[in-house]
Amino acid sequence: MSSFFSYLINGISLGSIYAIIALGYTMVYGIAKMLNFAHGDVIMVGSYMAFLAMGSLGLPPVVAVLLAVVVCTILGITIEKIAYKPLRKAPSLAVLITAIGVSYFLQNTALLVFGANTKMFTSVIKLPPVILGDGGVNISGETQVAIVVCIIIMIVLTTFIKKTKAGQAMLAVSEDKGAAELMGVNVNGTISLTFAIGSALAAIAGVLLCSAYPTLSPYTGSMPGIKAFVAAVFGGIGSIPGAFIGGILLGIIENMSKAYISSQLSDAIVFTVLIIVLLVKPTGILGKKINEKV
Amino acid sequence: MAMLSVNNLQVHYGMIQAIKDVSFDVNEGEVIALIGANGAGKTTILHTISGLLQPTRGNVMFEGKDITKIPAHKIVSLGMAHVPEGRRVFAQLSVLENLKLGAYTRKDKTEMEETLKMIYQRFPRLEERKNQVAGTLSGGEQQMLAMGRALMSHPKIILMDEPSMGLSPIFVEEVFKIIRDISAEGTTVLLVEQNAKKALTIADRAYVLETGNIILQGDAKKLMNDESVKKAYLGE
Repeated sequence: MSSFFSYLINGISLGSIYAIIALGYTMVYGIAKMLNFAHGDVIMVGSYMAFLAMGSLGLPPVVAVLLAVVVCTILGITIEKIAYKPLRKAPSLAVLITAIGVSYFLQNTALLVFGANTKMFTSVIKLPPVILGDGGVNISGETQVAIVVCIIIMIVLTTFIKKTKAGQAMLAVSEDKGAAELMGVNVNGTISLTFAIGSALAAIAGVLLCSAYPTLSPYTGSMPGIKAFVAAVFGGIGSIPGAFIGGILLGIIENMSKAYISSQLSDAIVFTVLIIVLLVKPTGILGKKINEKV
Repeated sequence: MAMLSVNNLQVHYGMIQAIKDVSFDVNEGEVIALIGANGAGKTTILHTISGLLQPTRGNVMFEGKDITKIPAHKIVSLGMAHVPEGRRVFAQLSVLENLKLGAYTRKDKTEMEETLKMIYQRFPRLEERKNQVAGTLSGGEQQMLAMGRALMSHPKIILMDEPSMGLSPIFVEEVFKIIRDISAEGTTVLLVEQNAKKALTIADRAYVLETGNIILQGDAKKLMNDESVKKAYLGE
């Protein structure tokens, strides 16, 4: 029983990281109507930044995380400006292929700059583990922080979108770019802001991920990126609570499969569950479409 | 000087020329109707004025300023609002959130609250349903919301694209009554309508558009009695 509880908590924690990454996918999809497959690699860049800041520059962890966030925010805005903005009116397939291209570009640049060797990432988290049930359940500091950070991000982001003008503008742009423009909303600015938020979150997710699973290579972001994309689709792409629920569920399913079925098959199980969900509810768990009366 | 003047406008969609050579003026306080059949280019003209489309030639002057190259989101704060065809309310947002987005460019919160109060007075239905999601409103209510949303920016001129389209006769009456009220309060109106008869009844002057050209213009009452207009657009 206590091991089940451990798996569950660790699953929720992994899921929290997926959820933070999935937010980037889902927000960009909701607003720019594109799948930014380079999102996973922004995570990798963020992790390298934190790694270098702590290792080579000897900065304290908090500053290193901030630096990673700033670099990724700028990177996200730059990618959007250079690679995606010129394709605003292009067919979605062209944008998708460009995103894959950006993904490879980031991976290969990282190979060139940081080398192919796997680096050992020192955890930024110094919290002691919480031990429950006579030592049966050991919740590491990384696990605790990932869950708390995810909850904070969800609350802040939901409040931002519901209560601020910029948040409302994002919702307006996601529904109807032309009508939003007629309200005076700067659509390009709003898309930039979305990429900035998504990339900042990717940096945070990267640091959390590498703190919990401390290996770092130019391909570190790619699998979590795909999993988070699955989480976003799972929860209903475009929906922020959907990304949260999708991420958490995915983390739990993955960890439980590893624990009770087979660690080799865990990814296959995750994707099977996705296929089943999409067969039953093609829009994902929280995805819905309100039909407008005309 | 005219408040809004459109000069030698030409607009293309790729290779296709939608607007061939259109010029017209709107003076302050007027209600101007642009009438014409489907595909004549009425919506294209409005989109070009409000900056959603770029003309290939010609310009749009608003209060003496060339706004042709100004992006749509900056034109709103100059005092121009646009009620788009098919209403295009934000279906997943509440009525109140839609109205607030209409005031997106306004800074003064108390002034905005005043405008909101006035809009609720004019459209009591919107106040009753302020927390309802806009997508669940009826077509007529959505049109009221689209108009209220445009008025939230406190515009000097309001462009309306087919406001009566697809509405029940009662709502059609209501819409035209509101346009008359808006005009009576001093807002200039540029109205695009397929319902030529109704449009000419409330307009001061009108322009008749046919396949990208203005073929007739003048006093709305006179146009109403023009034989060719009667035949082509009024169904008499």
